[in-house]
Amino acid sequence: MRVVLAEDLALLRDGLTRLLEAFEFEVVEAVDNGPALLPALIKHRPDVAVVDVRLPPTFTDEGLQAAIAARTEIPGLPVLVLSQHVEPLYARELLSDRNGGVGYLLKDRISNVAQFVDAVRRVADGGTAMDPEVVSQLLARREPLAVLTAREREVLGEMAEGRSNAAIAAKLFVTEKAVSKHINNIFTKLGMPPSDDDNRRVLAVLTYLNG
Amino acid sequence: METRSWVRDGLRAIAGGVFAVGLAITNLPLLAMSIVALALTPVPFLGLALLPWATNLVRMRANLERRLAARAGIAIARPYEPPPARALPGGWKRFRWIATDPATWRDLAWLLPGAIVAFVLGLLAVAIPLYGLEGISLLPLWLYLSVDWYGYGVFWPIANFSEAMLSMPQGVLFLALGLGAAPWLLEVNAQFAKLFLAPTKAAGLRLRVAQLTVTRADTVDAQAAELRRIERDLHDGAQARLVSLGMTIGLAEEMIERDPAAARKLLAEAREASGTALLELRNLVRGIHPPVLAERGLDGAVRALAMSLPLRVTVEMDLPGRPQTPVESAAYFATAEALANVVRHSRARTVQIYVQHVDDLLLLTVSDDGVGGADPAHGTGLRGIARRLAAFDGTMSVSSPPGGPTVVSMELPCALSSLKTSPSSATG
Repeated sequence: MRVVLAEDLALLRDGLTRLLEAFEFEVVEAVDNGPALLPALIKHRPDVAVVDVRLPPTFTDEGLQAAIAARTEIPGLPVLVLSQHVEPLYARELLSDRNGGVGYLLKDRISNVAQFVDAVRRVADGGTAMDPEVVSQLLARREPLAVLTAREREVLGEMAEGRSNAAIAAKLFVTEKAVSKHINNIFTKLGMPPSDDDNRRVLAVLTYLNG
Repeated sequence: METRSWVRDGLRAIAGGVFAVGLAITNLPLLAMSIVALALTPVPFLGLALLPWATNLVRMRANLERRLAARAGIAIARPYEPPPARALPGGWKRFRWIATDPATWRDLAWLLPGAIVAFVLGLLAVAIPLYGLEGISLLPLWLYLSVDWYGYGVFWPIANFSEAMLSMPQGVLFLALGLGAAPWLLEVNAQFAKLFLAPTKAAGLRLRVAQLTVTRADTVDAQAAELRRIERDLHDGAQARLVSLGMTIGLAEEMIERDPAAARKLLAEAREASGTALLELRNLVRGIHPPVLAERGLDGAVRALAMSLPLRVTVEMDLPGRPQTPVESAAYFATAEALANVVRHSRARTVQIYVQHVDDLLLLTVSDDGVGGADPAHGTGLRGIARRLAAFDGTMSVSSPPGGPTVVSMELPCALSSLKTSPSSATG
């Protein structure tokens, strides 16, 4: 899988490159500033882009802006955005084109290498990887969620992070059948149209939570 | 509604007129007393005590006039020098403090002309509506019937019955005129008082210096406390965690040959500890300068804040540019504090945040539909907001009747830069 990387701190850029290459990704270009990112993405059309939110020259959110701009140029271009802090506001902006293939994670999560690589792969496949902190903030402010049982809220949270039914089942130590039953209940209670496709379902949940 | 508030203002001003006339009369004994006190200054001991004592009474009267002027919409600041330290009543220091303050003499100069102007204007404010009431009550009709020579309004004397009846519409006009003119008359009176009672340019500058000294001391204190808190948080939090992290990794290094399983467990522990340290650092950074504020400015930061609250929040922003970073930060934290107060105390369901920039003033309004009863004198949160804003000459006012709604209005003088973004720290 071909990756374009954007990270301004050399230490992290090299670390990420090493980490990704150890898991059979090919880092085709690693840029260290905002203006170089968009041309690199358009030139290489990578299978996934891993992008830091804050980049030179202004050290604001040009990584995020470049990622969003790239996705209007190349619809559905998989982008995994990394940051020292997460904001539901940014998650909403990333998800607003409803195309999937979006990830938004704290840099802390890289330390759990297996999960991080899994997230990169999921995003590259058109799935979603949302940081648990974003999800918990989203869950905290939605009142209608009171109609869900504790277990259903748990499943909803896992689903919002972008996990497939199988992964949720493994994490919560239940059968996949039980998970899909919970999911059906959630969709009925919240009045959302059911869907068989994992990715589509995750997007629906995030759209609902962001609304 | 409009008419009602107009009538209410008029009635209030008429009552103010009565008050002004009464107060004007008290000026005369105060003036007499001050003259006597001045005349007696050469008398040993008594002289030094009398003038400060009389001046004190005059100042109470002048301060009352300043308060009334403020109600009429004319702000007059108190111009007096602060009393010297360790000045005994009847002592020379105290006498000199009073005698060398130009405000003392300006107050005295105001007593007589102020009394005359207040008396005349106050009397007018009362007399015009009373004359109107006389016409409406058809008093002229009765007088026409019983007395030979009497008139009202434009008819002098009233010659016939219909002229007497016409006193009624005239009376209505006079009453309306009186209601409309009374607030204006009080304002003129206040303007006149301002000529004497407002600080001179030098006194104004002195007051400004005093205010700046206080706000600077507050700011420096707050800054120092903030740095101490950050130091403590780093020392007890991230720093301590990094130490333990180093120890855990060192231990794992030792064990990796002998007991790989235990080493692996230690490494997992170390990774978890690094996560906790990062979490603590993130929270600390958020408290110093929220990243989203650096990245998106006030607009994005307030919107992000609104998204994190368990209430329905509407945000309306009308900012064509960005304020300077320190002002922006103060505005953000003041808004955050106001919102935290809403969440903690108001039991509100919805909050409205309105931010706009008018005439080099940043105006922030946070209003909720909660239970009200917020009092800046008691809440440390609200006081903290006021202190934060004062460092930039900003102000805060709270309207919160019991039962709600609560409206916190904040003002910060500032210019906006047209730049959309500005460089900040270089952390990724």
